[in-house]
Amino acid sequence: MTALLDVRGVTLQYKTRDHLVTATYRVDFEVLQSDRFVLLGPSGCGKSTLLKAVGGYMTPVEGTITLKGREVTKPGPDRMMVFQEFDQLLPWKTVKQNVMFALTSGARMSTRAAEEKALHYIDKVNLTKFADSYPHMLSGGMKARVAIARGMAMEPDILLMDEPFAALDALTRRKMQDELLQLWDDTKFTVLFVTHSIPEAVKIGSRILLLSPHPGQVKAELNSNGQDKIDSATGMALTEKIQRMLFADEVEQVHD
Amino acid sequence: MTERPEFVRELATDNAFGVVQKPLTTFERIWNQGYVRKAAILVVLALVWELYARWVNNELVFPTFLATVDAFWDGIRTGGILQRAGHSIRILLQGYAIGLLIAAIFTGLAISTRFGQDLLETLTSMFNPLPAIALLPLALIWFGLGTGSLIFVLVHSVLWAVALNTHSGFKSVSNTLRMVGKNYGLSGLGYVTKILIPAAFPSILTGLKIGWAFAWRTLIAAELVFGVSSGSGGLGWFIFEKKNQLEIPSVFAGLFCVIIIGLLVENLIFRTIEARTVRRWGMQT
Repeated sequence: MTALLDVRGVTLQYKTRDHLVTATYRVDFEVLQSDRFVLLGPSGCGKSTLLKAVGGYMTPVEGTITLKGREVTKPGPDRMMVFQEFDQLLPWKTVKQNVMFALTSGARMSTRAAEEKALHYIDKVNLTKFADSYPHMLSGGMKARVAIARGMAMEPDILLMDEPFAALDALTRRKMQDELLQLWDDTKFTVLFVTHSIPEAVKIGSRILLLSPHPGQVKAELNSNGQDKIDSATGMALTEKIQRMLFADEVEQVHD
Repeated sequence: MTERPEFVRELATDNAFGVVQKPLTTFERIWNQGYVRKAAILVVLALVWELYARWVNNELVFPTFLATVDAFWDGIRTGGILQRAGHSIRILLQGYAIGLLIAAIFTGLAISTRFGQDLLETLTSMFNPLPAIALLPLALIWFGLGTGSLIFVLVHSVLWAVALNTHSGFKSVSNTLRMVGKNYGLSGLGYVTKILIPAAFPSILTGLKIGWAFAWRTLIAAELVFGVSSGSGGLGWFIFEKKNQLEIPSVFAGLFCVIIIGLLVENLIFRTIEARTVRRWGMQT
């Protein structure tokens, strides 16, 4: 099976006011069709920067990113982003118009077809009652749902999610995770998901890429079935195994 | 110390509550309307004016509110005050429109190139503090005694205020919204009109309001200096004429007219735009 998204030897750098920061160093990974691929690592491992590069907002200084065999050079509707920020919806458009606008301007759909499709996906995230509300009338969780509906309605090759639930309260976050998995069961979309939460990665992901910090390098790539499975070789639960891998140095220090 | 006891309570059922929501009284609802409160302020101001003028009791210095209204009414019927106002507004709209157009070109340059941004920032910091009326003598030499000079100073008073606000509005559009726009594959003009302009609309609207006020001020002041263009002057000239004829109530009537037009434009036009855009979108409370 060939990879849908192929990230090969990608080094990313960005400039702050007085430093040149290397965010990731020679990162490789492959995302297959219908993967729920999670980029996991502590803050400073360049996972968000990596996602931005896949989104086309940054150009790697070394290595290539190819989607369906075409190299990624600029942002485009074939890679829809879902952000963490609550202001990612256009405040001057209603929920329905927000989803429709993506379809008419990004996917160049006719208004009628766009409306039908928008309502279909708004219904999938259970917001039909709020289709004509403006974003400022919605709660944080609802806004995140609209952003997901917008992303899914575009039916992109891959959905990019940048810690989409990080700004939500714990109860809402758990509900959103369940809903996302349910949506995946329905349509089997491909998603690249960035998070710093190990339990979230284990729950959401089918495949988890662990990144080490400063600069981000690939530490491991693991499978997950969402159940926090026990590793037969070591007898450790997946979350514990990841915990050990990411924070191995600190654990040793504690034992000394 | 003994441990505090735990407890669990049965919640009251819905029908056990008394009043949870009660409608506001009629007075409260009326008072919640912005225009009612503002009208009340205007009534009080008129009352204070009337009482003070009666106490001063000198029509040459400070005519009463009623005398002013009378002169205003007279001006409308016979003195052609509406005609004068119409004349002023026509020139004003021309200057305003040209100012907005040039402001749009400058901000367009400023958001698309770094040089354009430097240019706009330098020009605004040079010309924004310069009172438009100070350019009038120069304008008279360049464009002669006529509409051309008025329009020139009007453009100058509108242009920098609008360009400054619009540009700072564009600069403060959140990075997330920019990325969302790019994500849809928008670029160039589509990106500006569909993402940047609506997102910066609160600032743009403020710029339009400030520009309008500046233009109106500048025009009346310029007309006071010279108003005789193409046979009939505007409102500023009306005020100047009446002062020379010592018809002080008519001078007040002229000022009154300036104020009324200001109130109408602010409350009817700009407020309606605000209610339909930035307020509905929750970008301003």
